[in-house]
Amino acid sequence: MSAMQKERQGQELALTMGIVAIIVVFSLLPMARLLQEVVLPGGRFSLDVIRTGLVSRSTWVATWNTLCVGVGGTLFALVLGVAVAILVSLTDVRQRQAFVLCFVTPLMIAPQVTALAWLQLFGPSSPLLNMLGMAPPLGTRNPLYSPEGIVFLLGIQYAPLVFLIVRAGLRKLPRELVEAAQSSGAGWARVLVTIILPLMTPSIVGAAALTFVSCVGNFGIPAFLGIPANYLVLPTLIYQRLAGGGPAVLSAVAFLSVLIGVIAMIGIVAQDRIAKRRDFRITSASLPAAPYQLGRWQVPVELGMWALIVFILVLPLVGLILTSLVRGYGVTLTAGTATIENYRFVVFEHAAASRAFLNSLYLSAAAAVFAVFAAIPIAYVIAWGRNRWIKALNLAVELPYALPGVVLAIASLLLFLKPMPITGIQIYNTVWIILYAYLARFLVLAVRPTVTGYFQLDRALEEAAQVAGAGLFTRMRTIIFPLIAPAAIAGGLLIFMTALCELTVSALLWSSGSETIGVVIFSFEQGGDSKYAAAVSVIMVATTFLLMLLASLFAKKLPDGVLPWRD
Amino acid sequence: MAGLSIDNVTKSFGASKALDSVSIDVADGEFLAVLGPSGCGKTTLLRMIAGFETVTGGRISIGGREVSSPAMNVPPERRRVGIVFQNYALWPHMTVAENIAYALKVAGVSRAERDKRVGDALALVDMQPYGDRRPANLSGGQRQRVALARCLVAEPRLVLFDEPLANLDVHLRASMEDEFASFHKRTGTTILYITHDQAEAMALADRIAVIDHGRLMQLATPHELYHAPANEMVASFISQGMVLPADVLTAEKRGACKVRVLGQELVVRCRKGEKPRRDARICCRASQIEAAKGKAEGFGGTVTRAVYRGGAARVEFEPDGAPQVGLHFDQPDPVAFEAGQRARLRITSGWLIPAGEGA
Repeated sequence: MSAMQKERQGQELALTMGIVAIIVVFSLLPMARLLQEVVLPGGRFSLDVIRTGLVSRSTWVATWNTLCVGVGGTLFALVLGVAVAILVSLTDVRQRQAFVLCFVTPLMIAPQVTALAWLQLFGPSSPLLNMLGMAPPLGTRNPLYSPEGIVFLLGIQYAPLVFLIVRAGLRKLPRELVEAAQSSGAGWARVLVTIILPLMTPSIVGAAALTFVSCVGNFGIPAFLGIPANYLVLPTLIYQRLAGGGPAVLSAVAFLSVLIGVIAMIGIVAQDRIAKRRDFRITSASLPAAPYQLGRWQVPVELGMWALIVFILVLPLVGLILTSLVRGYGVTLTAGTATIENYRFVVFEHAAASRAFLNSLYLSAAAAVFAVFAAIPIAYVIAWGRNRWIKALNLAVELPYALPGVVLAIASLLLFLKPMPITGIQIYNTVWIILYAYLARFLVLAVRPTVTGYFQLDRALEEAAQVAGAGLFTRMRTIIFPLIAPAAIAGGLLIFMTALCELTVSALLWSSGSETIGVVIFSFEQGGDSKYAAAVSVIMVATTFLLMLLASLFAKKLPDGVLPWRD
Repeated sequence: MAGLSIDNVTKSFGASKALDSVSIDVADGEFLAVLGPSGCGKTTLLRMIAGFETVTGGRISIGGREVSSPAMNVPPERRRVGIVFQNYALWPHMTVAENIAYALKVAGVSRAERDKRVGDALALVDMQPYGDRRPANLSGGQRQRVALARCLVAEPRLVLFDEPLANLDVHLRASMEDEFASFHKRTGTTILYITHDQAEAMALADRIAVIDHGRLMQLATPHELYHAPANEMVASFISQGMVLPADVLTAEKRGACKVRVLGQELVVRCRKGEKPRRDARICCRASQIEAAKGKAEGFGGTVTRAVYRGGAARVEFEPDGAPQVGLHFDQPDPVAFEAGQRARLRITSGWLIPAGEGA
C-alpha cells in the first residue's frame, strides 16, 4: 500500500516538475533575461540604457506613432466588430453561418499577407484597377502608405477578434433582461443603448484591450505600409535598428521592446480597471432574446453585410491573385498576359523561397505537436488542480503570447546570443532559435481550448479510473488523453496555421538558411518583387483555407468555441 | 387597471401545439393563477400576453383593446404590461433606484416626479433604505421586491408573474406569498400569476386556470377546483385526488346521487342533471377514506405500505376487486396498519366527475 502511495506521489511530483520546467524555460527565463539586459546590463545595475533610450528622439516619435495606430486601429476594429456582432446576434439576418465564416477569415490570414493584398488593390500597379482602367498614373504614391492606411488595415485585421468576444458575450445575455426593458416601454434602439451595450461592457472592454495589444505589437502591417512612408512604430523601429546595427544594439532594442511591453500592459490594466468599476455580472442563464425583426430593412441590411465581405475579403484576395499572375511591373493583366511563371519561380527556382516552405512547415508542425502534448498536462492542472499557484501558472503561460511578439523575439536573441552554458551549443543564427520562440509564444493557443475542453468534461470520468486503481500517468494515457485530445489537437491546428505565416518573431531571428515564409514574403516585397510575394501569399492563403476546411470536418467532436470561425 | 380577455388562443411551434384554443377572461382587479405541470404551455401563454410571442390563432385584448391576433401584434413596449420574472431580471449595471426608474425615464417623466414615484414604489415594497444598492448585494427576497416595485412604478394595466417564488427557499416563499396577497388587496391590480405550485395558487388566487398539454382543463375558484373537478386530470392533479371507477345507480337529487364503487354503495355529490350510467368516475380525497368498522358497508384489500408521519400514518392500499387502483389515506394514531396486512375500508363521500370532459 505504502509503495503504491509513494509511486502515486512520485507521479504527481513528476507532473509538477515537468510543468514547472516548461514554464521556467519558455516563459520566465526569457522575460527575466530581457529585464536584466535593461536594468543590469553586463551584470551591473545601471540606468544608462533607459536614459539613452529616453533621450533619443526616434524613440518618442515611434512611441507616439505606436500609440496613434494602436488607439486608431482599436477604435476602428471596435466599431466594426461590435456593429457586426449586434447584427448577427440580435437581428433576424439570414445566412449567419456563412457570413461569420467570411467575416472571421481575415483573422486567420497573416497580417503581412493582408497588407500585401490591400497594397495590390490600390496603387498605380493594381491589376484590378488597371483592368478597370481606373488605376492612378504610374509614380503616384499608394494611399495606403500612411498612418491612416495602417489604422484601416489593423481595424480590418482585428475586427473579427472584437466580433468573436462580443458575440460570445451577447450569447450569454438572458432574454429576461431585454424583455423587462421592453415591457417597461423601451423600444429596440433604446434597449440596445441602455441595457444591452452597458451589459456588454466587459466583453467590449476586454476585446478593446486584446485588440490594442495586438495592434501595438503588430509588425506585418506597419512594416509593409509604414516603412515605405518612413512612418515607424516601435516594432518596425526595433527591426530597422537590429537590421542596421546587429547584436551591438541589443541593449537599446531590449529597452524598446520593454517599452512595447509596458504600453501593452497599460492597455490590459486599464481594461481591468474599467471592468471592475461597475457590476456587470450576469448571473442567470436563460434562452437568448428573440431576434429583432428587421422587416423591410432585412434585405438592405443583408446586402450591406455581404458588400462588407466583398470589400474586406474578396476584393483584396482578388487583388492578390491578380498580382500573382502578372508578368512584370506595369504590364496590364489580360487573359493573354496572365502567367503562372511566378508560382513556378517561387516554388522551384528561388532557393530561399523553397527552403522557407520546408522550414515553416517543420517549424509550425513541431510547435503544434509540442504544444498539444504540453497543453494536456498543463491544462489539466489549470482546469482541475486545487493548488493556489494555478493563477500564477495560467498567467505565466499567457504572458509570452499576451506581450507583443517583438518582445519575445528580442528576449530569445538575448538568451541565445552566446552559446548555451555547459553544453556550449550555439542556436543563434539557426532555425532552432525560431523554434524556441514559437514554442514559447504559441503554447497558450493550445492550452486555452484544452482548458475549455476540461471544463466540459465530467471529472467523475477520471475519478472512476482513480477508484479503479489507475495511477496518474495511467489515467492520463488511458482516460484523459483520448477524451481531451480533440480539443488539444484543434489548438495545435490553430498554432500550425498561425505559425505557418508568422513574421514578427522570425523577422528578427532569421538567418540565411533559416528563412520562414513570412520572411520570404517580406523580402520579396521589400525588394520590389510584389508578384513573387503575391504568389507565395496566394499559396499560403489557399493552405489556410484547406486547413480550416480540414478542421471543420471534425468540428462535431470538438468543444464549442474552439474553432473561431465556426458560429 | 384593466381586464384581460384571452379568446380562443392557439400557439403552434411547427407541427406541435403549445396552446390549443384557450379562452380565459380575467376581470378588472382579479387575481388569476394559471396552474399546470411544467411544459404545459403556461409560460407560452404569459409571453403571448406580454407580446414576446405572436399568436397562431385567436385574440388577446387588454382593457378592451385588441393587442394580439394572427394579423397584428402590438409590440411589448406599447402594451403597458408589467412582468415579474422568475429570475427577477434586475439589470446588474444599475442601482435599485435606477432599475425602478427605468420605465419612467423611458416615458420621459420629469426628474422630480421620477424621484417621487421611485420613492413611493420603494416604500410600497418596504425597501426605502436600499435605493443605492446594486442588485448583486441583495438577498433573493429583496430582489423579488425590487422586481415588484420596478414593474409597478409605471402603473401597468396588468401585472404578469412568471413563477416568482420558484427560486426562493420555503420560508421566504410563505412570507412573499403573504406580501403578494396584501399587495393585491392594497392596489387592486389585475394579476395573472403563473405557477406550477398548487398550494401557492390556492393561497393567492381568486380563480385558477388549470392547463395541461396546452389545453384549458378548468377555470374555477380554488374551492370549486378541489371539491368539484371538471375532469379526471384536474381531479388527480389537485391535492393528489384519487380517481375511481364507479357505476351511477340513481339520478341526481339535490346535488347528490347514489353510486357503486369497488362494490360499496354510497352517496356522492354531483352536477345537476346526472343520470344513471356505467363506467363513470368519482374523485375522492384521502380524508374521504377510512377503515370500515364492524359490519358496515365497505371493501376488502391489502395494505401495501404504511409510513408513519407523526400523529398519523399515510397508508397505501390495494382493493381486491381492482388492484391497479392505488388508494391512500391518513390513519391517525393509534396506527394499527402494517404492510401486507388485510383490511376493510370504506369511502365516506366523493364527487362524481362529469361525463364527456375526459382529459
